[in-house]
Amino acid sequence: MSVLTTPAGIAADAADVLRRRPGADIAGAVFRWLLIGATVFATGFLGVLLAVMIVDGWDVLSGNLWYFLTNGFSQRSAAESGVSQGIIGSLQVALVTGVFAVPIGVATAIYLVEYAQDSRFARIVELNIRNLAGVPSIVYGLLGLAVFVQTIDRFTKGASVIAGGMTLAALVLPIIVITSVEALKAVPDSLREAAYGVGATKWEVLSRQVLPAALSTILTGTVLALARALGEAAPLILVGAATGFLSFGDANMFETFTGPYTALPVQIFNFARLPGADWGVNAAAASVVILVLVLAVNGLAIYLRNRFEKQW
Amino acid sequence: MSLTQDRPELTAADLQTSRSRRARSHTVRWLFMGAAAVTVLVSALIIWTVASEAWTYISQVELDKLTDIGWFPRRGLFDLSTLLVNTLQISVIAMLVAVPSGFGAAIYLSEYAHPRVRKVMKPTLELLASVPSVVLGVFAISFITPSILTNFFDDINYFNKLAAGIAVGLLVIPLIASIAEDSLRAVPLALREASAGLGARKVTTSIRVVLPAALSGLMAATIVGFSRAIGETMVVTIASGGGDTSLFNLSILESGGTLTSAMAALGLGTDQVAGNNLAFQSLYFLGALLFAITLVLNMLGDVIVRRLRNRY
Amino acid sequence: MSQEPEASASDVTVPDALAPKDQSRARIDVSAVAAMAPQRVETSTVFECADVDVYYTDFRALRDVTLDVNSHEVTALIGPSGCGKTTFLRCFNRMNDLIEGARVEGTINYHGVDLYQDEVDPVEVRRRVGMVFQKPNPFPKSIYDNVAYGPRLAGVKRSEIDDVVEGSLTRAALWDEVKDRLKMSAYGLSGGQQQRLCIARAIAVQPDVVLMDEPCSALDPIATGRIEELIAELKTDYTIIIVTHNMQQAARISDMTAFFSVQANEMGQRTGELVEYAPTSLIFTNPDDPRTEAYITGRVG
Repeated sequence: MSVLTTPAGIAADAADVLRRRPGADIAGAVFRWLLIGATVFATGFLGVLLAVMIVDGWDVLSGNLWYFLTNGFSQRSAAESGVSQGIIGSLQVALVTGVFAVPIGVATAIYLVEYAQDSRFARIVELNIRNLAGVPSIVYGLLGLAVFVQTIDRFTKGASVIAGGMTLAALVLPIIVITSVEALKAVPDSLREAAYGVGATKWEVLSRQVLPAALSTILTGTVLALARALGEAAPLILVGAATGFLSFGDANMFETFTGPYTALPVQIFNFARLPGADWGVNAAAASVVILVLVLAVNGLAIYLRNRFEKQW
Repeated sequence: MSLTQDRPELTAADLQTSRSRRARSHTVRWLFMGAAAVTVLVSALIIWTVASEAWTYISQVELDKLTDIGWFPRRGLFDLSTLLVNTLQISVIAMLVAVPSGFGAAIYLSEYAHPRVRKVMKPTLELLASVPSVVLGVFAISFITPSILTNFFDDINYFNKLAAGIAVGLLVIPLIASIAEDSLRAVPLALREASAGLGARKVTTSIRVVLPAALSGLMAATIVGFSRAIGETMVVTIASGGGDTSLFNLSILESGGTLTSAMAALGLGTDQVAGNNLAFQSLYFLGALLFAITLVLNMLGDVIVRRLRNRY
Repeated sequence: MSQEPEASASDVTVPDALAPKDQSRARIDVSAVAAMAPQRVETSTVFECADVDVYYTDFRALRDVTLDVNSHEVTALIGPSGCGKTTFLRCFNRMNDLIEGARVEGTINYHGVDLYQDEVDPVEVRRRVGMVFQKPNPFPKSIYDNVAYGPRLAGVKRSEIDDVVEGSLTRAALWDEVKDRLKMSAYGLSGGQQQRLCIARAIAVQPDVVLMDEPCSALDPIATGRIEELIAELKTDYTIIIVTHNMQQAARISDMTAFFSVQANEMGQRTGELVEYAPTSLIFTNPDDPRTEAYITGRVG
């Protein structure tokens, strides 16, 4: 066996092949089919997942989908419950997430690519971003609970949409930084030099040449990051989305952002926890809703990226 | 050569840009640096909050409560081994699912797949990475356990670690496949050609030449995937149960809480557990543990990936 | 299909570029050089360089360069690759400032002002000392916006920009080719047109000097010929410093030539130095230094 790791071993193997008929490479064929099997398994379960959820949630999806999408949670029965609070809450949270994470993330990326030479601070920021990217999402929930809900509650009004959005902003920040760094690095230096060459200041080079050139890629990364935020439940459970219900109707815009809330993935979690088959139907139907939502946003981002792919 | 000046004397003052353009360029630099500092602040806040509350817990808990019959935080029993063993079991099951299929898909995409197939499969894998984990949790209890596992195990619990592990594995496949594929593609073409030039079959080249050359990258993929599996919360909370209370057991057919699901359970009742039997602080203690474990694993993976990148 | 080299050469008036390789290497067309050189108007010194050293962190890329650059002349920097000619060129508009760890020592005076003193802002230096790069690098914008970019930054009034764009494109011998498609992307132009656009962009901010870093190295002989003609015309308004690896080009278009060479020290670090600086006609007919002679006759490099 280990003979095959040496050139002589490989050559011997090749000689072995030559002695046989070319079509008789059984090991090769088996290996190839194993790989195809693995690939089909890895990518195909998405189809199974969707099919299972559609079948399980069929009662809701076929019967009263509109009711399901436009009505809130009801403690009385599964049939009277909908996910409108979750959808609106998720969109609100995503909005707050974007407002905090996008400027800070993109600005950090600009600092790292355009300003930070090999300084100690830049190295710390880089290492820090790489580590943040690997922190489990629920740990961000602890940050949100201790800092955004409890410490700065005068700003966030406790367990509110703002606190939830800030928590997810911290979560997606490293993703936005990393994708934006890649986008900026893909802008060729010749473009920067051209702008400097006619007497542009650093900021003018950035704002009029580099950022416009990197914009589509940065946007794609941002959309992907927000899609990730849309699907997150764990950190939101810790910062109060689980027990909250959206107060809308009687509240103005500002109050909904500082009031209790819930999010679509958290609602799915709540449906899944409740005993009884009819709640399971709701969980499956809501899963279809979130899958369609997240996959659509992702598909859009991937489409955008392929569409605007630059060939420098 | 005549030295007559054909223009009025130039001074250094003429070689200055307008004050406003200079000021703008200078100010934004500080804005970008400030944003970068915020990302460091996020890390600092995570570490500080988690560590300080965890310290409160460690300094107050009676150490013999950390080794007991199980995890019953509201009764003051904090058996860590229960959570750690369950976490380990579920993560190992996840890796048994994710590594073969993720590596298989990676090898297929990098070595065998037609460019056109690759072009479709890569975005599909990215799309898979965005499936919300709550949906996989629902998938585990509504499909994996009832439709598959009950065929093999008669006495399987409705909530069980096996289904949770499989679902976490499905969730981790895209991450592992993506890192593995990157490391396979980093192997220089020359190595493959050298092997093929000796007359080796494709399967021989793949297994004996490409895989060993990419070994460290594959290791990194496994480590980072493992870290991700440990940190996964929602799938485990929904599918394995036992987050709130859990008796020590080794059977993967039984329910059992993990580090993350215990945190989620504590987080769900933050109102009730605050100031109660150290249960609230145990949330942060588990967070600190989780943070430390995943940080070490991620840094290890990161070091390996960087070393690989420098080699070729 | 096979084109006679002689025929096409006479069409585009760049005989050397298309002439058979072996001949052109060995023999420089001295009469062409002589015809170019001495129509000198009154000149003054634009740059005075004294003992210029350039370091990249600890590595010394260039040492002890001392030379003066005259206005309304074309000064060519030639030499083997790695000799620091591009590095030196980028000192004149402080482009080296953008490279991490780069450091310039010695003095470079621009009309008597030390370019590297604290009070001098490289941004304004680059406005006055424009640059054309090795590969055409138009902005991913319209032809019009490419030229208008610099004037807008410099605060030229909106109403005057149209005139500046037209004037610059005309001066760069591009106006007639693009006047009907000013709003179209610059990427749709051919390589030679793109490079002339870059020249138009550089002169749109009314610089005093134009630096050119091997501006024809990515172009075919015909496009090269047009750029060379353009350089000869621009000389009346601008001082031009050009780096070229093509000695025939230096001979054709320049008034002064600086020959750089490279020496490796015992640690294997290659440092460039100025070997000889003289009127082009002298360099190519009667060089002082044997290294120059070896290089231009093709024995080295």
